[in-house]
Amino acid sequence: MARQLSRRKFVVYSLAASTLTVAAPLGCDATTAEGAEVADSAPRRPSDVLVTGTDEEMLVLEVTKANKVVVRLPRVEVGQGVTTAVAMMIAEELDARLADVDIPLADARTKGNQFTGGSSSVSSLYGPARELAALARAKLVTAAARRWRLPARTLKTRNTKVVAPDGRSATFGSLTASAARITRPAVSSRPKPASKHRVIGKATTRIDARDIVTGKAVYAGDLTVAGAKPTVVARPPTLGGKAVSVDSRAARAMPGVHAVVEIAGGVAVVADSFHHAFKARDALRITWAPGPLAPLSDAAIRSRLRAAVPRLGTPPRGSTQTEAEFEFAFVSHAPMEVLTAVADVRATRAEIWFSSQTPMYARDSIASAVGLPESKVKVHVVRGGGSFGRRLNHDAAIEAALISKAARRPVKLMWSRADDLQHGRMRPASHHRIRASHARGRVVAFTHAMASVTEAFEARGPSARGTAQGPGQGPAQGRVTRAAGPLPSDSGLYNFGRVSGDSGSVELAMPLGAWRSVDSGTMRTAEEIVVDEVARSLGKDPVAFRRTTLRNKAVKAVLDKVADAGDWGRTLPAGHAQGVAVHEEYGSRVACLVEIDAADPKNPRVTKVVMAADVGTAVNPRGLEAQLMGAAIDGISTVLRAGLHIDRGAVRESSYADFAYARQRHAPLRFEAHIMPSRRDPGGAGELGVPAAAGAVANAYARATGTRPRRFPLNF
Amino acid sequence: MPSYSFVLNGKPVTVEAPADMPLLWVLRDMLDVTGPKYGCGVGVCRACTSHLDGEDIQPCVVPVADCAGREVTTIEGLADGDELHPVQRAWLHRDVAQCGFCQPGQIMAAVALLKKTPHPTDADIDRIENVCRCGTYCRIREAIKKAATHG
Repeated sequence: MARQLSRRKFVVYSLAASTLTVAAPLGCDATTAEGAEVADSAPRRPSDVLVTGTDEEMLVLEVTKANKVVVRLPRVEVGQGVTTAVAMMIAEELDARLADVDIPLADARTKGNQFTGGSSSVSSLYGPARELAALARAKLVTAAARRWRLPARTLKTRNTKVVAPDGRSATFGSLTASAARITRPAVSSRPKPASKHRVIGKATTRIDARDIVTGKAVYAGDLTVAGAKPTVVARPPTLGGKAVSVDSRAARAMPGVHAVVEIAGGVAVVADSFHHAFKARDALRITWAPGPLAPLSDAAIRSRLRAAVPRLGTPPRGSTQTEAEFEFAFVSHAPMEVLTAVADVRATRAEIWFSSQTPMYARDSIASAVGLPESKVKVHVVRGGGSFGRRLNHDAAIEAALISKAARRPVKLMWSRADDLQHGRMRPASHHRIRASHARGRVVAFTHAMASVTEAFEARGPSARGTAQGPGQGPAQGRVTRAAGPLPSDSGLYNFGRVSGDSGSVELAMPLGAWRSVDSGTMRTAEEIVVDEVARSLGKDPVAFRRTTLRNKAVKAVLDKVADAGDWGRTLPAGHAQGVAVHEEYGSRVACLVEIDAADPKNPRVTKVVMAADVGTAVNPRGLEAQLMGAAIDGISTVLRAGLHIDRGAVRESSYADFAYARQRHAPLRFEAHIMPSRRDPGGAGELGVPAAAGAVANAYARATGTRPRRFPLNF
Repeated sequence: MPSYSFVLNGKPVTVEAPADMPLLWVLRDMLDVTGPKYGCGVGVCRACTSHLDGEDIQPCVVPVADCAGREVTTIEGLADGDELHPVQRAWLHRDVAQCGFCQPGQIMAAVALLKKTPHPTDADIDRIENVCRCGTYCRIREAIKKAATHG
């Protein structure tokens, strides 16, 4: 299991400014910050260190004279609720009203941790954000005490104000200038103990909810910046296909068309509106050479994957085997907002606006693609309309920059939905061979060998380079993001004796990417199906069997919670069944119980989902519930419905009409999330639910239909 | 260039646009009304769902010529000033949104459903086709039921 985060003390700095501004480094265990200047040589408490240099790698909090608390967040909001969670941490420690806390997204920086991924945002920000706000509060209280000539300890803070016992009050905004000059706060600058939390742990509505329901939330495509013109790209019918001849005369002659430029991925059209751009794109006459995968279809990819799975070793002598093989299709991320980027590339500088989980890496990639120094490329991070891992890569931003450079004008590039599905990134297809060896009623060995498609780069253009593994990974390391460390099965979730794993790969020139929960979404799903099959072969109930074989009490606790809340074992009509699965990752645990109506096995409906999660401190239980709900729909979609077919080197699907992601009629009629109380620091939660949900759906389907699900999605 | 006049969120507008230009791009690229979102361009994801004379439509597949002399309502025109529509209030109450991109369309679809069917059953709600890739469907269902009760 993941390491428990230590309650380390974060160093917090004061920035030289006319308003109260404090900063905390976001690296791990940093004790100094570059650019920090200690005012004199005497030893000082960390909070006295004055930073006059860069705040690039910091989380910075500013109290404005307008009584707003502003924290420029080096993360991206893509629906996971990180801005709300951070606003809650700040509001908690400052005793500010949530409405007074603004969390704009930081532009790409040059240093520090600006990576959104690996379900790490809340856990990485929980310490620094609270430390920052606690120090700011102490300075504001001290400033008020001096103004009123009262002992600081008698003052309280609430609703973005300091309040005196005699009823006087002062807004933080009115105190910010004097608080900026406080070097030694007269009250504690330590964060509150969890027992005093009033905001953290309280179900809270998203801070951007009103903007969303009124249509005011701004995504990259809604920006009207730099006079950027709508731009689309004609792309080849096959993956990696190339234009061999382009006749753009008709397209260029069409009204509203500003430019037609050839790029590595196809032919771009810049026009007055997306209507004009699409019309001109369709008027292009292009002869395409087939891409490198042209002879290849699903059946061949599946057989190559099967052949690439390493052999399982010899099972323990005298044991009985439960063996199973599983296949998972390619799956698109298909965020609702297609990839969109505004790019304004000039001879000496470039400015790009888009939604990115890895903006620092994106800036470097864009700079190298357009031939500018990194310092001349400005990347503005915009909220994203979903991601699920898709915005770890920045294919569209690089492409937009290249088009802007070639067309010599600012462009607003949008991939069509067909572009997204047919040329976008995918969760790699994989093949799994799992064997549980049992003897005398217990599992004595468990082995999982798998193979997945990995991305070959030689044959692809510059737009393929945008892959990411995490902070500090340069373009040279660009490859498919994979879970770091041991395979999930090696974590020893169960007492299964000798646990082993191995993996192989099939390298293909196709765009791949990390998909919410990465390898666990397939590996742990397959393993949870095998756990059910082992239980069946041992004549045991799936919940009872897990309860006796799980190693970790906290995992047992979430399992017990769903079994109890979901009324495990209740009588259901023929063709209906319950299914269960568990998962542990990111320092968190989850269990999922589903009920399925598979009376028509071709058209199953998950009717109910009950999940229980132990993520340590749940900063916003309502946000956590939302993440679990989304993960449940991902499980339903990837197991039952949604995948991509490869036909002769091309993706067959082209819209949500055939990429059959769940709609309302496929969603459970009832959903419950149970959040386990905990005072541990937060673990990860954004991806946590996917493997448990997928496993539970598959297990419920198996029990309802009496089949052994092996190839996903099942109705494909 | 032909010219088309229609009422947009209560105000008359006139645009010069090709007859086949989808309403979505007239709204987004000419009128800077960006609440309706592009999600597929072929009327299947329904992220752009808006109303034409009170009926739900997908502006990505409705030519501007079909809107002449009619009333177009987008998410921006749903609230009465600062007073949110009951469906928007239900959305806030249930904190439906995640990324938010499909939600203007979801809300407009729900408003249209409730207009025709003030007390929708689960089966009625199941007929909403709008895709939510974040998977907020359960909260959408609850919000629609809440709006039906209190709206």
